[in-house]
Amino acid sequence: MQNSIIDIKQLNLYYGKQHILKDINISIPAKKITVILGPSGCGKTTLLRSLNRLTELDASVKISGEILLNGQDLLNSTEDVTTIRKKMGLLAQRPYPLPMSIYNNVAYGLRISGRRKKKFLNSRVEYYLRQTNLWDEVKDRLKEPAATLSIGQQQRLCLARGLAVDPQIILADEPTSALDPHSSRMIEEKFAELKDSYTIVLVTHILRQAKNIADHVIFMYMGQVVEQADVREFFENPKEQQTKAYLQGQFY
Amino acid sequence: MRKTLKIEERFYRVLMFLSTTFICSALFVILFSILRTGLPHLSWEMISEMPHGGYYFGKSGGIFNAIVGSVYLSLGASLLAFLLGLPIAMFINIHLIRLTRFVAVIRFLLDLLWGVPSIVYGAFGFTIMVFFGMRTSLMAGIITVSLFILPIIVRAMDEVLRNVPKGLLESAKSLGSTNSEIAYVVYFKQCLPGIITAWLLAFGRAIGDAASILFTTGYTDFVPHALNEPAATLPLAIFFQLSSPIPEVRERAYAASVILIFIVLTVSVVSRILSNRYNKNKINF
Repeated sequence: MQNSIIDIKQLNLYYGKQHILKDINISIPAKKITVILGPSGCGKTTLLRSLNRLTELDASVKISGEILLNGQDLLNSTEDVTTIRKKMGLLAQRPYPLPMSIYNNVAYGLRISGRRKKKFLNSRVEYYLRQTNLWDEVKDRLKEPAATLSIGQQQRLCLARGLAVDPQIILADEPTSALDPHSSRMIEEKFAELKDSYTIVLVTHILRQAKNIADHVIFMYMGQVVEQADVREFFENPKEQQTKAYLQGQFY
Repeated sequence: MRKTLKIEERFYRVLMFLSTTFICSALFVILFSILRTGLPHLSWEMISEMPHGGYYFGKSGGIFNAIVGSVYLSLGASLLAFLLGLPIAMFINIHLIRLTRFVAVIRFLLDLLWGVPSIVYGAFGFTIMVFFGMRTSLMAGIITVSLFILPIIVRAMDEVLRNVPKGLLESAKSLGSTNSEIAYVVYFKQCLPGIITAWLLAFGRAIGDAASILFTTGYTDFVPHALNEPAATLPLAIFFQLSSPIPEVRERAYAASVILIFIVLTVSVVSRILSNRYNKNKINF
């Protein structure tokens, strides 16, 4: 595929003896929203987590194959894993704000990258909070703990925090599943805006969400990629039998 | 069926009520008997003065030396144990997260050490002192007691750190944090109330223990001015006075117990206040 930022080749992942990801070969286009779609337990979250090597936290995980980011292999990289992770922001299923103030949550990523000048931090924190439509809601309470925000606000704070690290890619693992409809829509709209500057990989099992915001769809089932296609082609003219069955709601 | 369930439910409720009442009243009786015997003998003289000649035979004076010695010893030991213990607890919960079996072995060993009686630590400390030619001193006591409370403080902090949800660790990792940043910024802030409680637990054990300091800290009628001087401690002051044949002196032991309880109470209240104060940033998942 042209303009792909991530290319995954022959990726296999085992959890102990369980074969979770089987011969994954996919490409993720740059500055587009790629949705990984599939029923629960199909391995889509594991695939997403293997991108920023979070799967490494579990010693029983064995992984083989290649994950190329701009042509560089992430799995056998000489680069430090923290440097690799800084290239990707993660939005989890539910928000995990850091145990500190709203301000410091966003400033945290800047600080660990060595930026400490107060003026710089102030302007960047405001910038990223504005980017996630949070500034007007929190500008008078920046010093308050992040725990005082609502779940929807916390998720947007986590997005702001992730953007502050200046990643190229945003990984989102069912980021709206814990949110109310209004907050979900805000996140979705935000993603549509952010794709001009970032590559977004979104895991979801919600067809409507995939249809609304995806540019590219990867459909997974039982640890395998069944079909990957442009969003219109995927929904209007699916090629595989399993895809058709899933789109018709024959299994979830 | 429903009727037997109801009877069973009532039976266990009565059982739980009885055991709760029994335990609480036992604690109350202990406290009451100490206060009843101790309070009449508690005087300003006892708190503020050194033992004068013949104090242990019922003459005038106080146990100021033991109060100060105990506070020095337990503050020193709990601080040392904290400085050694926090990195251990962070290390096994963050850096070694992949090595689940190895961590289980470490936890098992720490639990084993927790169960070792303090007199064994005292004997161990004494052997080391003899080896280095040290005399009984505040320093030797601080080292011995800190070894004795180390497994306690590590496991107490470990239990708190273990309860941090994995999602927070993963979120912090995804931001590109190093393990040290996660440990001393994220986990430390999230667990600070629990860490303070762990320190309190260790302090309580340190100030109340007599066996580990018997051979290592010694006893003196003076307030220590340096780490290489011996120090008096409250548990030993209680022990010496209780073993006296003179009733007057034995009753003073209860007054010393009241002082000990008061110190522990004060430290608990202060650390509870601190713990609540640092609770505000904690995320409740």
